[in-house]
This record gives sequence, C-alpha cells and structure tokens, in this order.
Amino acid sequence: MGEVLAFRDVTLGYDRHPAVHHLSGIVNAGELIAVCGPNGAGKSTLLKGVMGLLPPLSGSIARPDGGRARIAYLPQAAEVDRSFPICVYDLVALGLWRRTGLFGGVSRADRERIAAAIAAVGLEGFERRAIGTLSGGQMQRALFARLLLQDAEIILLDEPFTALDTATVSDLVALVERWHGEGRTVLAVLHDLELVRAHFPRTLLLARSPVDWGETRAVLTAANLSKARRMCEAWDEGAHACQPERPVSERAA
Amino acid sequence: MNPYDLLIAPFAEFDFMRRALVGVVALGLGAGPVGVLMMLRRMSLAGDAMAHAILPGAAVGFLAAGLNLFAMTIGGLVAGFAVALGAGAVARATQMKEDAALAAFYLVSLALGVLLVSLRGSNVDLLHVLFGTVLALDDPTLLLIVGVSTLSMLTLALLWRPMVVECVDPGFLRSVSRAGGPIYLIFLGLVVLNLVGGFHALGTLLAVGLMMLPAATARFWTGDLTAMVGVAVLVACGSGIVGLLVSYHLGVPSGPAIILVAGGAYALSVLVGPIGGLLPRLMPRRHLEA
Repeated sequence: MGEVLAFRDVTLGYDRHPAVHHLSGIVNAGELIAVCGPNGAGKSTLLKGVMGLLPPLSGSIARPDGGRARIAYLPQAAEVDRSFPICVYDLVALGLWRRTGLFGGVSRADRERIAAAIAAVGLEGFERRAIGTLSGGQMQRALFARLLLQDAEIILLDEPFTALDTATVSDLVALVERWHGEGRTVLAVLHDLELVRAHFPRTLLLARSPVDWGETRAVLTAANLSKARRMCEAWDEGAHACQPERPVSERAA
Repeated sequence: MNPYDLLIAPFAEFDFMRRALVGVVALGLGAGPVGVLMMLRRMSLAGDAMAHAILPGAAVGFLAAGLNLFAMTIGGLVAGFAVALGAGAVARATQMKEDAALAAFYLVSLALGVLLVSLRGSNVDLLHVLFGTVLALDDPTLLLIVGVSTLSMLTLALLWRPMVVECVDPGFLRSVSRAGGPIYLIFLGLVVLNLVGGFHALGTLLAVGLMMLPAATARFWTGDLTAMVGVAVLVACGSGIVGLLVSYHLGVPSGPAIILVAGGAYALSVLVGPIGGLLPRLMPRRHLEA
C-alpha cells in the first residue's frame, strides 16, 4: 500500500507558537491510527493541518491528489448550529456533497444511500426529527452517518467518542473498524487509552513534538506517557525563535 | 361597510394603491427568505446596521442629483456593499467577529453620511429617504423593486443549499468546498439589494422591518426551514397589504402602518406561537409517554 499522507518536518501553530513541533512521518493507505497525547499536545491542530485549514508554519504536509475532496473531517464539537431548523435526514444527506456539489440533485440511488447510512448508525425513525431534539449521542451518530456518505479515503476524527455512553461508543467504533476493513485510512484523536489498545493498531503519541509513532503496544508505554506529560508542561511564553537544527539547503532537499 | 369596500375598492379605484400593492408584495417575496436566513445566522441586528449604512450613501446620491432614483439607488448600493463587504472581509481575514466589524463600519459610514448632508443643509425631501414613499412608486422604482425581488428569488433558488449549509455547519462546508467565502458575500449582497429595494418604499429606517419582523414571526409557527420561509413570505406580503388598507382607511402614514401590522403579527406570535410562544410555555400540556 502506498503512502497517503507525508509529514515533512512540519510545524503547525498559532501566532508563531508551535502547537505541533517538527513532526515527520508517513501514513500509509489503510492504516488505523490513534493520535494520543495530553491536552494542548497539538492533536486537533494536526488534524486541521492535514485538512489544510491551517497552513504549516514550516515544513509541509503532502496530501493525495485531489486534496481535501478525498478527506472527511469530523471536528471536535463540530460547529453545527443545533438550533438550526434542519432535520436529521437533510444533515446526513450533506455527506453526498462530493456527488451533488453546490447544485446537483439527489437521485433515487442517493436516497437509498442516505437511508442505508442512517440505518447503519441506528437512527432509523429519526429522519424527520430536527437536530435540536437529538441527544449528544444521537447527534454524533448522525454526524457519523454523514461521514459514511462522504465515502472518503482518509477520515479524520477529532475526539469522536468524548462524552458518549459505552453503547454509542461501541457502535461507532464498529463503524471505524468497518472503514478500516474497507481499506480507508483513519486518524482519530482519542483520550481513552484502553480503547486505543483494543481497536487501534497504530498510535502517534504527540506532546507538541512527537514522542513516538508506531505499533500501539510499543508506543503507549508508561515511560512514553510520562515523557509526553513532562513535555507538555514545559511551555514557555517567552520562547525564542526556533533555530533550524540542520542547514537550510539540506532541509529543502 | 361591506367587504368589497373594505378590501378591494381601495386597490380597484386608485392606481397609486395598486402600485403600492405590487411594491409590497414584491418586497415581501424577496425580503422574507433573506430575513429568515439573517435571523438563523443571528444577524438580525446586523441587518439593522446595514440598513443604516445605506442612508448616507442614498443621501450622497440625493445631494448630487436630487430625488433621482438612479443616483440614490447607486449611492445606497455602494454604501451598503462597502459596509457589508468591508465588515465581512475584516471578519474573515482577522480575529474580529462579524458583529463588531459591522458595528465599526456602519458607525463610520453613518457619521460620514451625516457630515456630507450637513454640508448642504437639511431638506424636507430627505424625509423621503428616511421614511420612503410607498404610495408614490413610479414605474422605474417599481421595476427596481420587482427586479431586486426577482434576482433574490433566483439567487436563493440556485444557492439555497450552500447558503443553508453555511449557516448550519460552516466547518463542514469549509471541509468539502471553498465556496463558503463567496457564498457568504453573495448572501450579504442579497441583503443589501433587498434593503435598497425596501428603502424606496419604506425608507432606510424601516426597510429592514419587512425583512426581520416576518422572519421572527415565522420562527414561532414552524420548526421546518422551508415552511418558515413560506410563513415569512406570507406574513411580509400580508403585512404589506393589511398595512396599506389600514393606512388608507384610517389616514395614517403607510410605511409605519405596514411595519406596525408586521409588528402586531410578531406580538401575537410571541404570545400564542406553538413553537416556543409564551402561552404554550405557560400552559404546558401533559407530557407524552415517549
């Protein structure tokens, strides 16, 4: 399987302060990767960078040809206006955006896809409910149904299971494993290390700088985790400009 | 007085009433849906700010060419677009939120307008700009209003999906498309166009009324977006017609009458509206089994 994402010494951040510092690495097609680390470790920032919503301060992120159209992204606490009068069916149907675009219609086959996606997340019977009436778990199920329809090669999930009950989490994890089985690449920001050990073959442990990246068992060790905590606590408001460790000519190569 | 004299005769007998009727119905058709989107974006007050921003532009046109439809329309459009686009650009390019950017821009343009007007002293005709002349719509003005309304409906029909998504989940739109920015600017453009169309009939101070009051009213009657647009259009057109009749029979100014009728519909909806109205809240029915 070829590489779908390549981080080349990438630094992402806000106001020159790095949130992800000098990350390098390759994501191969079909990998199921958990992104772990303390709060403020740059996990969400990394996903925004992959999505292209945040340009790197330095370095680069290579995406597949076709760019964002092939990536689906579920942000942490999605910006959905829950008071907006739109029903579950219409929200989920937005997942067909790649097929319908700004103007295209929804065909009979599309309607079947939408119905199947709603069924896959267990929201049958909720189609005409306004999204404002959904519980947190039902809302997340609806957003997963939309992800299903997006039919993306790379799926980015930012804390998708936060504040959900175990039944919902296990249903949604099953969907993630289904994507994995279909050969899609999934990057998920997660805090539940038990869940990561049980379902995610690979892990990137981030504490602004990458701590370790590889087999989950090898990455999530007590030594690595305490190292990650220490690295995130060492935060300096008056930090100096980061000096390149290598000559510029070599970095460009 | 029989129903014919009450409802039909004013329009059947007087040409200016028929013109006013066409004007308010066209305004309602355009401003209703735009108002619903404004309200759902929590931009109700931004509409007010933009309406005020049109005033100095129209005043400049008036000072340059007198009560000239073309000059005042261009002036209003330029000022409205400058404020809307400027505020939108600042909100998108910097950390500033949309409401603060709009407030900054419309205050500056209002001050500029007042300064310009004072250079040539006040004029009674400026009341025309402030409160409109719905009972004196000439052919070009009527064509302008109907044109704005037609353009609004066509644009909304074409861009309804991205406009709704831009409201409900802007993050998702960003992740699938780069249309978010242009869509937002087109939407602001529609708002300005409708306000300029409205100001010829109702004046800059009340033009926003036929946009926001019907939308706010519709929110109390339905939880479905499409139905909400329908209710808003009905309330806008209905207020226009009833307002004209009230103004005709009671001899009161028609612009304020139209807005007050819409205000009455809003007040009634606040009281008895089934979606979150006061009475349904104060007298809840027995809860359901599931």
